[in-house]
Amino acid sequence: MPKQLLKGNVAFAEAAVRAGCEAYFGYPITPQTEALEHMSKRMVELDRTFVQAESEVAAINMVYGAASAGVRVMTSSSSPGISLMQEGFSYIVGSEVPVVIVDVMRGGPGLGNIQASQSDYNQITKSAGHGDYHPLVLAPSTVQELIDLTTLAFDLADKYRTLVIVAADGSLGQMMEPAELPPMRDLREERPSWALTGAKDREPNLISSIYLGADNLEMFNRKLQGKLALIEKAEVRYEEQFTEEAEIVIVAFGTAARVAQTAVKHLREEGLPVGLFRPITLWPFPEKALFELSQKTKALFVVEMNAGQMLHDVRMVVGIDKPVKFLGRMGGAIPFPDEIERETRTLFEQIMTAEME
Amino acid sequence: MTLTLTEQQEDVNIVEKLVYQRPLSLADVHTHYCPGCTHGTAHRLVAEVLDELGVREDTILVASVGCSVFSYNYFNVDACEAAHGRAPAMATGIKRVNPDKVVFTYQGDGDLASIGAAEILHAAARGEKITVIFINNAIYGMTGGQMAPTTLPGQVTTSSPFGRSTSLTGYPMHMAELLAGLPGTVYSVRRSLHDARHVIQAKKAIRLAFEAQINELGFSIVELLSSCPTNWGMKPLEALNWVKEEMVPAYPLGDYKVADELKALSKRKKKS
Repeated sequence: MPKQLLKGNVAFAEAAVRAGCEAYFGYPITPQTEALEHMSKRMVELDRTFVQAESEVAAINMVYGAASAGVRVMTSSSSPGISLMQEGFSYIVGSEVPVVIVDVMRGGPGLGNIQASQSDYNQITKSAGHGDYHPLVLAPSTVQELIDLTTLAFDLADKYRTLVIVAADGSLGQMMEPAELPPMRDLREERPSWALTGAKDREPNLISSIYLGADNLEMFNRKLQGKLALIEKAEVRYEEQFTEEAEIVIVAFGTAARVAQTAVKHLREEGLPVGLFRPITLWPFPEKALFELSQKTKALFVVEMNAGQMLHDVRMVVGIDKPVKFLGRMGGAIPFPDEIERETRTLFEQIMTAEME
Repeated sequence: MTLTLTEQQEDVNIVEKLVYQRPLSLADVHTHYCPGCTHGTAHRLVAEVLDELGVREDTILVASVGCSVFSYNYFNVDACEAAHGRAPAMATGIKRVNPDKVVFTYQGDGDLASIGAAEILHAAARGEKITVIFINNAIYGMTGGQMAPTTLPGQVTTSSPFGRSTSLTGYPMHMAELLAGLPGTVYSVRRSLHDARHVIQAKKAIRLAFEAQINELGFSIVELLSSCPTNWGMKPLEALNWVKEEMVPAYPLGDYKVADELKALSKRKKKS
């Protein structure tokens, strides 16, 4: 496929169609609505399922139903809608059905605004519904990566029978840039053996998250934790840029990483040894790689479009002795490269002064 | 008179002629329902209908939250357990990707009329081709007898200890009438389970509701007035009598919506 000029929201929706998504249930919310609109046309053209639900609560429960029936299914939303979907997330993980969600994050709290933000980091990596689990969270920083990670999300959801969230933001959803769509995949020919398809010539299947009795539920939780441990081992993804011999490493994901990348380039041109570490999986967080890198650098600089949510994970990894600077823009504000450059230079000066003392 | 061995065997065969048995769609287990509760009756009726229509192997149950939370253990069909109130949404997801299957929800009054009010209303509005079995016993059973949206004015519950006050808590919701008002609904009726005659009428309604789905006509719901001796603080017979004396007048039995296509269908059936 040649590259086309694609809007992020349309790009991930079409990527889902091509990954074999058979059903989409959603509710309009800015800044992701173009995805729902694209699906309302494409899914119908292809004789697949599209329903505009009465709420995000209903949408996620429709998704849960279709996933229980064994088809590839997704929804997309933005922060306030994701808050409403938390109920369904918990049931989906608790009954081990594969589901893909795209969260085009916007500013909060409350109704907040419709500008790009990364303030869902905590709610999608750590507290996505009640119970002990983490969804697998993928964070793209370009439209191309949004396409690629949405495609990957379906494979990972199926592989682990779990919830995979693609963490985009209002900027990625709304921007247009050249990107290449993958070829159309064939739809699954047979439903999985556990799916609800009618108990013909077999015992009935049950999709449920109830385990009455502490012993049964603890046993299930142990199994679930075992699965999460497997994901932590096998699915960590990250990118490093200019990190060799870097004295300061900027840690950022998504759109913030994209801005930081420009800053790093400028700073390198000035001759400053700065690198970029970009987590692609927010959960599992690339702990080992970041720890090893931190051992070789003098300081880390975390840049986020929130009040410092990933910052906690970074601090946890590198320990209290390592200097970690933070720059956070909130409420839909996006940091500028010169802001990051200025703060990085200041950090260099502080380190040099400290070394001289 | 002494019978020969063959004659004795024939005699035994006559005695053991099968006239009544557990429907295949009902699992061979004991339920957790309280003595005198009509959930068991409702389960049996649904199971008999699924057997008679020959759709057991094509049926998917969406269980809800409340006393019927474990109904998936009692029906011998594929099943799932929805979040509280969300059964119609989950059923929508299942039916849309399995249009050739029979999908039904089994919900109580708290689940359907309170926390799931939006989901049931919009499933009906969309004309989802699902069947809803709605158990109305005017109380929250599973959590121990709190006021439901269907609790009668003056009725004492654990959360309306002075009797339901309409000035503070409003009025009972009439779901069969409400849902009948939506064009997507093809069948919305209310029946009662308080005596044998009404149980037979309830079964006929359940059958028609499933036929509406099988013939892809639209959304169908059967509201069943049911007893809850435990939480009403009554003996089973007193409870059945309370359904008859108190609930039926407040929730009139009847057909609130039978779409013309469905009427035509049942007429054709009667003729043939």
